[in-house]
Amino acid sequence: MQQLKEDNLKKQLRIEKIGFTVLTILAIATVLPIIAVVIYIVYLGAPAISWDFIFSMPRDGMKSGGIWPAIVGTFYLTIGTAIFSVPLGIAAAIYLSEYAPNNKLTQTIRLAIINLAGIPSVVYGLFGLGLFVVFLNFGTSILSASLTLAIMTLPVIISTTEEAIRAVPQSFRVVSISLGATKWQTIRRVVLPQAIPGILTGVVLGLERAAGETAPILFTGAAFFLPRLPNSPLDATMALPYHLFVISTQVPGMPIQIQYGTVLVLLVFVLLMNIIVTIIRSRARAKRQW
Amino acid sequence: MKNTNMNKNTLKIGEQLVTRSIQFSGYSSILFVLMILFFLLYEGIPTIFEIPLKEIFSTRWYPIENYYGILPLILGSLVVTLGASLVAVPFGILTAVYIAEIAPKWVKEIMKPLVELLAGLPSVVLGFLGILIVSPFLRDKLHLPTGLTALTGSILLGGIAIPTIVSIAEDALNNVPNSYRLGALALGLTRWQTIWGVTVPAAKSGILMAVMLGVGRTIGETMTVMMVTGNAPLLPGSLNALFMPIRTMTATIASEMGEVASGSPHYHILFFIAVVLFLFTLLVNLIASNIGSKRIKRVEKMLS
Amino acid sequence: MDKIVIENFSLTYSDGVESLFNINLNIPANQITALIGPSGGGKSTLLRAFNRLNDLVDVQRISGVIRIDGINIFRKDIDVIELRRKVGIVFSRPLPLPLSIYQNVSYGLEMMGEKRKSVLDDVVEKTLRLSDLWDDVKERLQDSAYSISGGQQQRLCLARTLALQPEIILLDEPTSALDPVSTAKIENTLEELKQDYTIVIAPHNTQQAGRIADQVAFFLQGKLIEFSSSDEIFTRPKDIRTQDYISGKFG
Repeated sequence: MQQLKEDNLKKQLRIEKIGFTVLTILAIATVLPIIAVVIYIVYLGAPAISWDFIFSMPRDGMKSGGIWPAIVGTFYLTIGTAIFSVPLGIAAAIYLSEYAPNNKLTQTIRLAIINLAGIPSVVYGLFGLGLFVVFLNFGTSILSASLTLAIMTLPVIISTTEEAIRAVPQSFRVVSISLGATKWQTIRRVVLPQAIPGILTGVVLGLERAAGETAPILFTGAAFFLPRLPNSPLDATMALPYHLFVISTQVPGMPIQIQYGTVLVLLVFVLLMNIIVTIIRSRARAKRQW
Repeated sequence: MKNTNMNKNTLKIGEQLVTRSIQFSGYSSILFVLMILFFLLYEGIPTIFEIPLKEIFSTRWYPIENYYGILPLILGSLVVTLGASLVAVPFGILTAVYIAEIAPKWVKEIMKPLVELLAGLPSVVLGFLGILIVSPFLRDKLHLPTGLTALTGSILLGGIAIPTIVSIAEDALNNVPNSYRLGALALGLTRWQTIWGVTVPAAKSGILMAVMLGVGRTIGETMTVMMVTGNAPLLPGSLNALFMPIRTMTATIASEMGEVASGSPHYHILFFIAVVLFLFTLLVNLIASNIGSKRIKRVEKMLS
Repeated sequence: MDKIVIENFSLTYSDGVESLFNINLNIPANQITALIGPSGGGKSTLLRAFNRLNDLVDVQRISGVIRIDGINIFRKDIDVIELRRKVGIVFSRPLPLPLSIYQNVSYGLEMMGEKRKSVLDDVVEKTLRLSDLWDDVKERLQDSAYSISGGQQQRLCLARTLALQPEIILLDEPTSALDPVSTAKIENTLEELKQDYTIVIAPHNTQQAGRIADQVAFFLQGKLIEFSSSDEIFTRPKDIRTQDYISGKFG
């Protein structure tokens, strides 16, 4: 009997060893391409990066010169998205976590948020076209594109903000109320300040995604070539992701280096955002007193 | 005392104003969903009157010659989604298991940011990599006439879905109480047996939800498929279709919207396709949220 | 003169835990009244009824009346915010707000709209002195409230309640998490305070009630069993259950 148990254990341990090895290989196989891709992009894109590339206007049908207007455009779009989605998203999250009663209406709101989160980006683009560009007559503009991206970003901001607010200990609220503060005073003075790191993380991640989207801005605000930088929110604009799309699929004879250079800029942007989020997270964890 | 009385009234009115605005912000999501649905239906329903239903669901999509059959597009989306799932689900779940249960801390610290990096990459970048790297590779290795195929799309979409699956599944695995694992180990099971006999089954619903959300993300992907699947609305008839170009619903809308005349049948049917897409993703998300109805808040966060 | 009059008061939470059944009790002003009894007996529930903190929780049913200074606090037109300033509470764990020491004490006044620094400075010093904390923290009022010890934090919590000039102070097992020295400091402070305030305390052990209480009420499973002076309840309890609890036959 003892021998049987020992033999079985040995077999199981052998299986475990094989299994762990296979899983490790699989996991590395999943992650390795990411590293490889990053290296590849940096290697092929770095030669294109120069002061001129970043800061000057494109020349020669985009085949040389810089991508400055696309960078500026993405910047404007991100700001626009933030203006429309952050206040609204945070307020909605406050409602859901602090005010909403446990009833059908609240369930419907949550369902609506799940739906918004799942709608394909191109459908947002179509919606933005129908509502902002055509119906409200904003035309193909930074305004239309920002509004479209904002609605798309709303679910991320709402969910991460709500989670951050819920993480704040209930005891703070009870204490605050017992000292004669109102609900909103409690939220403003105690709850929100403590939830800021989590909220910030969500906002950065949401805006990062919005900045990288192409489909929603295809018909609502993006243009391939504009001779000048946009002057007002009602102007159309160039944007990095759209720019990359066009130069890699629709411009014959496009120098490979410029393409990789543009990808590198986008990659650096994503990396930067992720690093910012990591910094926010670790600082918050260090500072947290509860 | 008088001072505080005046303050009291202003405070009260201010508080009411703020509470009201917060309330309406809460309701806004419903408003937006309804608006989107309304617009899609408003522009999409006319299709039913302009093009006979039988034709809409026929098998030829060639708008220039007035062929408006959307079946190849629906099937195109399904094929690519299926292919992507075949890639993403095994790799995603197994990687999640590795990260959550096996990897030493230092490996975790490297892998998690890498997965997050992949999650943050814009879909155009993946499409770009598809055109310049994956597609030529497949064309050479598999001796295909073109590298822009459903397979290419599946691989890249799998890559897009993997971070979603990994993070939610890993979350689910981490939420399994440690007492389960300790109990199994105390009974003499090896770690391997514990993982597959106890931990993973306990996290079943979370893992399932991760898969559904990954699939949902895949159906809705636009730019990547537009760039690498060849954009030929061929009807996927046999297994061979994986190696041929294909067109998804999303790519159709994105590529043809710029060229249609507002109000034309072509215009309307593109909105009609958007309605179909909306319903598809609605279905997947409803299933996903029902699986983990207690986890609804985390669903909202991860879906986005 | 009775500060708090409780008439036929019953309360049931939605989850059925720690309810109160038909309580009739008069709490005298300017004395220390202790609520004793095994846990789950309703002491915390009753305390939280005095400043309507149970409004924050899911209450299934509530009936009866609680009058403070003759006015029923459950009337619809009562200003609950004002009530909570008049009736302060200290909880069983030190719960500083995530703010500085100064801000913790001035919190209640700031929420009222008081902005004048001179007034706030004055109140902060006065109440910290009252709680026997001033000397410890006067050099570091801007430090985080978490930078002081547990006993000091609890005295801080007392100070911030006093800053609102309440008339009644409630304490729910205030020293259960503290060492004997800190406990003694707080008990001394309470004995000084009772001249100007009405104090209701739910001590976590009966010895504390014996040390500082003037009146003692014994609660068992949501019902008031006995209420008399501290001397009487510890030497000549009228109910056998009271006697059993005090002598430690059950806990």
